[in-house]
Amino acid sequence: MSGVQSRVSPSPWVTSRATLVASWLRTRAVLREWTLPPTLKFSGLGRFGEVLGAQCLAPRETLIVMSHLKQQKVKMLEVQFVGDDDVLNHILDKEEGAKFRKDRAQVLVNVKKLMKKQENDQDEDDQDDLKDENYVDILGADSQEYLKNGCVASGGNKVYSFQTRKKPEKMAELAYEIAKTSGKSVPLICKNTEKMASTPQSSKKQSTSEKDQLKSDEKNEFLSTPYRLRKRLTAVSTFPSDTESEYSDSNSEDDKGIKQEEEKISEVLMDQKRLTKHSSLSSSSCKKVSAKKMKKDTTTDLVEEYFEAHSSSKVLTSDRTLQKLKRTKLDQQTLHNLLSKFSPPFSAELKQLNEQYERLFHKWMLQLHLGFNIVLYGLGSKKELLEKFRASMLQDSVHVVINGFFPGITVKSILNSITEEILEHMGTFRSVLDQLDWIINRFKDDSSLELFLLIHNLDSQMLRGDKSQQILGQLSSLPKIYLIASIDHINAPLMWDHSKQSLYNWLWYETTTYRPYTEETSYENSLLVQQCGTLALSSLIHVFRSLTPNARGIFRLLIKYQLENEENPSYIGLSFQDFYQQCREAFLVNSDLTLRAQLTEFRDHKLLRTKKGTDGVEYLLIPIDTGTLSDFLEKEDKEA
Amino acid sequence: MQKMAATLGFLSVDCLVSFHIKKNYRKFQGLISFLIFSADYFNEGESLSEDSKLRFDTCQLLWQQMKSEAEELQEELNKNLFDKLIEFLEKSHLEFRKKSTNWNYQIKSREIPTAALVLGVNVTDHDLTFKGLTAMLRDTITPYVVSLQAKECPDVKHLLQKLASQVMGCHIDMESTEEEEEECVQLSQKKMHYSMAFLSTWYRNVTQKKGSESVNKKITSSSQWKKSPPIVIILKDIESFSTKVLQDFIIISSQYLHQLPIVLVLGIATSPIIIHRLLPHAVSFLCIELLQSLSCKEHLAKLLDKLLLTTRFPFKLNEKALQVLINIFLYHDFSVQNFIKGLQLAILEHFYSQPLSILCCDLPEVKRRIHSLSEDQCESIRRLPSFMRYVEKQTPEKQVASLTNERFLKGRMERKSLSLHIYHENFFIVLKCLHAFTSSLPKYPLGRQIRELYCACLEKNIWESQEYEPALQLLRMLAKDELMAILHKCVEVFRSSPGKQLGSTAEKLKEFLAQFQSLEESNEEENGSGSQQKGLQKTDLYHLQKSLLEMKELRSSNKKQTKFEVQRDKVVDMIDNLVRKYLFPPDTQTLYEVVYFTGAHTLREHLNAAPRIALHTALNNPYHYLKNQALKSEDDSIPNVAPDICIAYKLHLECSRLINVVDWSEAFATVVTAAEETDPNSTASEEIKEIIHARFIRAVSELELLGFIKPTKQKTDHVARLTWGGC
Repeated sequence: MSGVQSRVSPSPWVTSRATLVASWLRTRAVLREWTLPPTLKFSGLGRFGEVLGAQCLAPRETLIVMSHLKQQKVKMLEVQFVGDDDVLNHILDKEEGAKFRKDRAQVLVNVKKLMKKQENDQDEDDQDDLKDENYVDILGADSQEYLKNGCVASGGNKVYSFQTRKKPEKMAELAYEIAKTSGKSVPLICKNTEKMASTPQSSKKQSTSEKDQLKSDEKNEFLSTPYRLRKRLTAVSTFPSDTESEYSDSNSEDDKGIKQEEEKISEVLMDQKRLTKHSSLSSSSCKKVSAKKMKKDTTTDLVEEYFEAHSSSKVLTSDRTLQKLKRTKLDQQTLHNLLSKFSPPFSAELKQLNEQYERLFHKWMLQLHLGFNIVLYGLGSKKELLEKFRASMLQDSVHVVINGFFPGITVKSILNSITEEILEHMGTFRSVLDQLDWIINRFKDDSSLELFLLIHNLDSQMLRGDKSQQILGQLSSLPKIYLIASIDHINAPLMWDHSKQSLYNWLWYETTTYRPYTEETSYENSLLVQQCGTLALSSLIHVFRSLTPNARGIFRLLIKYQLENEENPSYIGLSFQDFYQQCREAFLVNSDLTLRAQLTEFRDHKLLRTKKGTDGVEYLLIPIDTGTLSDFLEKEDKEA
Repeated sequence: MQKMAATLGFLSVDCLVSFHIKKNYRKFQGLISFLIFSADYFNEGESLSEDSKLRFDTCQLLWQQMKSEAEELQEELNKNLFDKLIEFLEKSHLEFRKKSTNWNYQIKSREIPTAALVLGVNVTDHDLTFKGLTAMLRDTITPYVVSLQAKECPDVKHLLQKLASQVMGCHIDMESTEEEEEECVQLSQKKMHYSMAFLSTWYRNVTQKKGSESVNKKITSSSQWKKSPPIVIILKDIESFSTKVLQDFIIISSQYLHQLPIVLVLGIATSPIIIHRLLPHAVSFLCIELLQSLSCKEHLAKLLDKLLLTTRFPFKLNEKALQVLINIFLYHDFSVQNFIKGLQLAILEHFYSQPLSILCCDLPEVKRRIHSLSEDQCESIRRLPSFMRYVEKQTPEKQVASLTNERFLKGRMERKSLSLHIYHENFFIVLKCLHAFTSSLPKYPLGRQIRELYCACLEKNIWESQEYEPALQLLRMLAKDELMAILHKCVEVFRSSPGKQLGSTAEKLKEFLAQFQSLEESNEEENGSGSQQKGLQKTDLYHLQKSLLEMKELRSSNKKQTKFEVQRDKVVDMIDNLVRKYLFPPDTQTLYEVVYFTGAHTLREHLNAAPRIALHTALNNPYHYLKNQALKSEDDSIPNVAPDICIAYKLHLECSRLINVVDWSEAFATVVTAAEETDPNSTASEEIKEIIHARFIRAVSELELLGFIKPTKQKTDHVARLTWGGC
């Protein structure tokens, strides 16, 4: 991003950059507001591309100082040596667009004037930026994926927003790139030439994206645009300074694209030799060269980028939601079923990896006995591995397996299972620390006691707290308690300071298994997985059936009332008095005491929540989502 | 939740306890039987052979020896500090002991005597120091030693509770034979309302009783303490205490000072200023004495000297391994304990992975073991690179003999192990001498600490290093008193070393020293005779310049070496010769592999692991782990057949702070469908799509588990990235 800007006006801008970023952002926000709607309006048309191009160019021309306009034109003239009709077309297009958009841009200028008297050079920045935006837009438009996305959701401006400039589209692009690389290694040149030979590829892309387009009711009329767009791109891409490279690698990738397109245009002039040379350069060494040249710059760039991205609270990404995709949330069961149909690849290699780790079992045992504790890290679930370890080595010894990923686990429960089941102590303890002291003393007194602790996910939500880690550390520092644990989180080692580390006395073992974290993630409230759907329903039915008919009636009343108020966003529950009245009318209770007794039962089953409102009245609410409730009612009605 | 898991057939028990052994624990008597048990695991699961058992025993023996040596050293180093502390304790509360009722004293005695122990940042080592301190105080001064940690004392109430229970607990320990034990236990179990007042009454009772009975068997050293032993309160980590707790506690206890002889010991990791920063008001109640412990670097130097730079222990580390341990020490924790732990691991790994480490033991034992070597072991000796090098240098007949004749081989081995021992003896003496010479040079060309010099010598021929020549040059410019000090040091080194090698050199050194001493006397005479030069006569400028030039020339041409300089050159030449003769790097020695541990990477892997890098590699470059050609790729990209999580990760790298899940899932689907190599034109069945979506969901939740993303409410169907940039 920064690179692209400094390309046009390098020195003055770079120095005053930090101060400008903020105000610049503001102006951009305004610009975007005004430039967006038309894009959407025209998205259905076949000439979307042209409109888009025009839209991007328009504000620049009308907006700002004349000198820049001139400059712009000079640049466009420079391009003309390519000299074919398409370029002419392009320029015409642009002018057309400019005319078309004139009034819109005028408004924009007004707004800007109203907002603030901008300094001249800042305008320049804005302009430069627009240029860049344009430039990247067109670059993005190169891949048809862009068009698809653009149509579905929003204009290019939105997608190629400031912070994320290349990002969201980049993902799609990258997806294509990765998709392209077949399993067998493809030589570099091939890859590039493939990219250049755009026609067959584009048709392929088109076909893959066809379905989605149809789904989102978009017309396929812009099939012809890419070619023209590409032409336009070449025109823009001959910005005088595109050889200068002080960009983070993502930008140099952009560069790469331009260069390739450039080459495509002047193909005739170029001999094969240079082509190969260039393509190899652009693909791999380009990054390295620029990185080497601007090593310092890239690091500062990275820092600056970080602050740029985090300075504004607004992050611009596309607005598409899963709902539009018409893909319902899966629940755990279906997810599990679906995944069981898919067999993971590379089973031979995975097995080999696992065997490699299994060979370490004896060593682990030895090291555990010698006072070390073992922690396993690396990608992939280590549960299976530890399970195997347990099965093969710990059959004859006392051990406790702790599933740290289980959401209900606490240190207390771990200590309880040690004291109650291993040490067979039936008393209770005042605090966790007392319990720990007791355990430590027991182990000190009785030298024949030995205990293996296996903890899956020592870094889980419940165990990662400072106190829990301290207690587990103290436990593991006992010479006769052997701890073997696994960690997964990238920041897991931050849990331990020096003193905790010395308590744990870790030996680290890398065990990258690539196994799916099936169990570990099944408890997580993943955003894509529908929680509590069927399960809540089944438990609801279960509890409901055990109720007396009167209680059922009471509960049904409450459900119905809640469903009736489904639409009301300020609904906080049914007040107790109203509910009592309703129940009386339905002959379900005869006094508010009986009603309260019933409610207590519901509350015990977590079917009811009471809340005091602002007026001091008690409100009753069923903490289950409406979908489940209506399902439940349906089912019950059917059975009745 | 639990129910949910159960319905899915998952294991929903959070803690699973296994009772395969009922109450039938194996009982082991002490260390020896325990070792036998562990030895089962020593030989990669194969049946325990006599050989590996022996190897394991050797390993354990060696480790125990080294450990006790290290502990001894620690004790020795702490002794100085502890002595000072005891002295301080004896000075404090002198008045209290005299039971002075002096009004003046009672007013003055608002200040709590406090010892501030500055222990350095290596927090890990502190525990051991405090343990030693507590034990020593209990033995010599008072039974009432309380050590408190910040995490046990979130507020004053807990602090007092802990304090009281520990003080009374000590009391129980002291008189475990007496009846009142029961009483005390009950007291502490009741957890009644503890206060300083309660404590002081208790203290008065106890001391009065003791005064009358005077049954204090353990404490005999200082009789005056019998009547009223002080209560020493050790606050282990003063930095982590909250200001309020400390302040309140100090104010309260200062009120009780005339009833309870309290002494505070503060453990400080940073600097003494922290006391003032923590306790801006209460500091006036303290009468602080500052005590500094030995710096951890010196501790390490002493430790290296005791454990590695000696022939006492046969086990050695090679340059890389030593460097790893030292780097962990210097760049990570400054903890000597961790260094020792690393050493333990190195020993274990060495004996575990090197079958010939069976010969890594004392010299007489080695001889015995060589004779009982089996045929296989002989064979593996022949395959040692260092032994092969040795054989190649022999005459053909001997080559054949050492490759075929077992007895001949054993004879050779015996001789070689002896020569290795001698090599080490000489090596360390010369190393220490060289260190004595170079450690005081300006800019320390060969390193200031002996460990740097040692590493350099282990790596290659030290005299070939760039710094060696300049160092010698500098040595040739030493002043006489410096040189003599160094020579004294060297003589000391020779005297302290047990070996009888290099005896002649020691003699020579002494000779040099004597000569220097005699020079000193003669020098004085010389100075007396030739000191005065004729004064310059009054002339014009031109003549003055000329005469000065002349004089200069005269001096430079006349600059023949004085006796001292000649002698100095001789000394330097001698040390140079010694270095060239004895400071070979060890890997030139035959049987080097037997005693040197070379697995530096294992140490780094297990002690100083980088889990994040491992994750990153696994995600970015699956080929590194899964050696499948399909996964191979040249540059940063990954092939589309890579595991799901890698693809999802790679795609997410392209986003900034927020990620649109829909875009992400589509990109993911694109990649995965391409990987399946189904014809893109054919409409993929809905089921396949569903499966791909499910795979995507799994990959996303796995990334969430790993901490790369988290759900966010900022925008619908978005997740937030938690990392920045490409990692």
